[in-house]
Amino acid sequence: MANRFVINVNGKRRRVDATPDTPLLYALRNELKLQGPRFGCGLAQCGACTVHLGGQAVHSCTTPIGAVGDKAVTTLEGLGQVNGTERKLHAVQQAFIDEQATQCGYCVNGWIMTAAALLTKNPRVSDAEIRQGLSGLKCRCGAHMRMLRAVKRAAKTLSA
Amino acid sequence: MNDIIELNAVSRRDFLKASGALVVAFGVPSVLFPESGNAAESKEPEKVPLDQLDSWLNIGADGSVRAAVGKVETGMGITTAFMQIVAEELDVPFARVKIVMGDTATTPNQGGTGSSNGIMTGGKALREAAAEARQFLFGLASTRLGVPMEQLVVKDGVISVQGATDQHVSYGELIKGQHFNLKLSGQAKTKDPKNYKIVGASVPREDIPLKVTGEYTYIVDVRVPRMLHGRVIRPPVMGAKLVSLQEPTKFPGLVKVVQKSNFVGVVAEQEWQAVRAAQELKSTWSQSAATLPNSYDELYTAMRDMPIKTSKVGENVGDFDGAFAGAARKFDATYEYPFQSHACMGPACAIADVSNSGASVWFAGQKSYRLRLAIADLLEIPVEKVRVYWYPGPGSYGTNDADDAAADAALLSRAVGRPVRVQWMRADGTGWDPKGPPHTIRMRGGLDANKNVVAWNFESRCFSGTLRAAGALKAGDTLAGQLMGIAPPGGDEFGLGAESYVFPHKRKTSHILPWAQSLGTGLRTAHLRDPNGPQTCFASESFVDELAAAAGADPVAFRLRHLRDARDIAVIKAAAQQAGWVTRASPIKNAGGPTAKGRGIAYAPRNGTYVATVAEVEVNRDSGEVRVTRFVVAHDCGFVINPDGVKGTIEANLIQSMSRALYEEVQFDRTAVRSVDWNTYPIVDMTQVPNEIDIVLLNNTPDMPSKGAGEPSTRPTTAAIANAIFDATGARLRRVPFTPERVRAVLKRQA
Repeated sequence: MANRFVINVNGKRRRVDATPDTPLLYALRNELKLQGPRFGCGLAQCGACTVHLGGQAVHSCTTPIGAVGDKAVTTLEGLGQVNGTERKLHAVQQAFIDEQATQCGYCVNGWIMTAAALLTKNPRVSDAEIRQGLSGLKCRCGAHMRMLRAVKRAAKTLSA
Repeated sequence: MNDIIELNAVSRRDFLKASGALVVAFGVPSVLFPESGNAAESKEPEKVPLDQLDSWLNIGADGSVRAAVGKVETGMGITTAFMQIVAEELDVPFARVKIVMGDTATTPNQGGTGSSNGIMTGGKALREAAAEARQFLFGLASTRLGVPMEQLVVKDGVISVQGATDQHVSYGELIKGQHFNLKLSGQAKTKDPKNYKIVGASVPREDIPLKVTGEYTYIVDVRVPRMLHGRVIRPPVMGAKLVSLQEPTKFPGLVKVVQKSNFVGVVAEQEWQAVRAAQELKSTWSQSAATLPNSYDELYTAMRDMPIKTSKVGENVGDFDGAFAGAARKFDATYEYPFQSHACMGPACAIADVSNSGASVWFAGQKSYRLRLAIADLLEIPVEKVRVYWYPGPGSYGTNDADDAAADAALLSRAVGRPVRVQWMRADGTGWDPKGPPHTIRMRGGLDANKNVVAWNFESRCFSGTLRAAGALKAGDTLAGQLMGIAPPGGDEFGLGAESYVFPHKRKTSHILPWAQSLGTGLRTAHLRDPNGPQTCFASESFVDELAAAAGADPVAFRLRHLRDARDIAVIKAAAQQAGWVTRASPIKNAGGPTAKGRGIAYAPRNGTYVATVAEVEVNRDSGEVRVTRFVVAHDCGFVINPDGVKGTIEANLIQSMSRALYEEVQFDRTAVRSVDWNTYPIVDMTQVPNEIDIVLLNNTPDMPSKGAGEPSTRPTTAAIANAIFDATGARLRRVPFTPERVRAVLKRQA
């Protein structure tokens, strides 16, 4: 039976009625209409559903809503700074635009959210560390080269 | 946010209402007709007449421009290129142009997207439509301003008298939101490409800012009022028949279990409820009715021995058999290429709303007009009662699972009388999407005493790449239809490959083999990015390399010796030059050590585009692991609308085709496909991509006709990598993918 959960999403407290086993992804997409995180596999194998939970990049497709608690959830929509209607993109988002780093873009949420978490921990990362840090993500179109360049560009911005 | 999103795009009527538009039409150029003349398709009533300017272009009273095209955006940025073309030809600001796609009620039928021909056909049609509109508007302005058309100039959608800029009138003022009501004359003069300002420039893609913030609307984001959620349940083994179905009792939110023969689905109020209901549904199925080969060894052996369904001879020059018999040295090699999955980032999603008044379907496939026919056939309703809307999908590389999900949604919606959104689960997407067909290709060739190629024979044996039609046309083309027992029409598509080598005795033959197991299984063969291209090019471009090595010749020099076409020659020379290619025969004389390094080249023409790719690789002799460290590509697709956009597309095609060459092979056993997720169908990851991709665009000048980009650069990659592995190690890989196990095995055999 459905329970009522109050979760902290992109700086706001939101109510969600769902069974505790409902993956956070479904709650975000269907109840809260946040379409940044996407269903790719439901198996924590591709990263398309990535959100930040308490600052960590996690797979929202395998995180039950019952396990979210009061940890802050950040989605692609809440990345960067949002003040009313003003929005300042996160350095990683801006770098993806600067490098024109998508094809279909369905997976891009995972790359941006994972890279943002990675660079928050340490913006002075090497090429090998970036590659390793993003190795759990899939991109079927093959936009890797530009995404790698974009993450390096963002790292430079964030470590400047 | 509202629960209901705006349903597809601006129709003409809405647009004209909102912006006060005008509309234009011409003599229909041949390119506007569907790619293949299909009888079913030609019977279809035209709602969007191709010879009317209004079908292609509308201009609002506010000067905004709506351009409708019969192609869709598959993620390569063609929307931006179309905007550039329209903005250029009409002389309006880029941002003022809106492109609409894929709606059978409001966009022209150009046969949909396929074969990387979007710019060639869609772009050409839009350019001509815009020129027609511009000419018409100049006529109106001439009357309004009282000066001959020759004295008028236009900038940013405002026509003024040359030298008297205070005399001006805007497009919007001229049109006042009216239709053009103009038949396309086919006579309007398009701009001299020498004067292009925005076409040919690397304009940033319009979609990327939306994609990086989550604002871009994909098919999975579409919601319609009263929508329910569906999931499908597939047979556990191929050919299994449903024996019994036990509905979960009192399952929360479950609306209905839907069954039609072996098609089974559930519909629930909420999405997670549908997922859970599908998992909980108890179904029993019969044993597998047919058997698959147990391994690729068995499959390829079977393919060599199967009776041929039908054959086609492509090129046939001289007398191959006689020349081969008399050759000083003879070579015979067979190349094998597996089933591969589209494995799109998200499994298919579609929505259908079926009622007594007709059917609306939202999907993300490449050919809306074809799907419309298939849905009408499936539901047994007149095609006029079906409207198909298109939204961007999670990647699209040919004939993926999009049409199949649309058919599922239509059946489920009809059963519950409400709109139903279906999204496949990962195992449905990887396990049941249509697959790129396997090939086994035997190459034979002979050298004379002077090491010249005197005989060349290409003989492919494959399953047709259109057993599953490229764009579902009939109910039987869809998986749901097949599970309901409707036979797929199927088609024969030969794999003859493309190269332009000039040999005195040369023959190319393709045999199509019967593939009964295609029916209702996860091994339905269909178009996957560059249909048959990587397969056939792998064989011919590897084999030419084998002959070069046997002749002790440099692979670049050897190819050039046998080519006459100037554009073939130019791409090979340009790629070699950019790569810093050192002339020598393969394999390289290595000093030894665990890591062998080598380079390889392959080239391919494709529908007027020419590509040569150099791959530089490192092979770990102990582990057998292959890593491409650099690609160099010379790409000639004529004049490029957006160079950075094309380079992005080429880079992506290289990575995807590298992934197919090194990692991808659909696994199956006697009874079922066993590649069902990213662990069982691995693709490239970030640690495996090259350090560098270097792209040279050739003939990118306004006088050269624009040809396709995308699929052409997929074609030579496999062979370029195989040739580089040979150069590095002397080991010749003739079976895709080049997994560490296979590389180790070939290295071991060689030692």
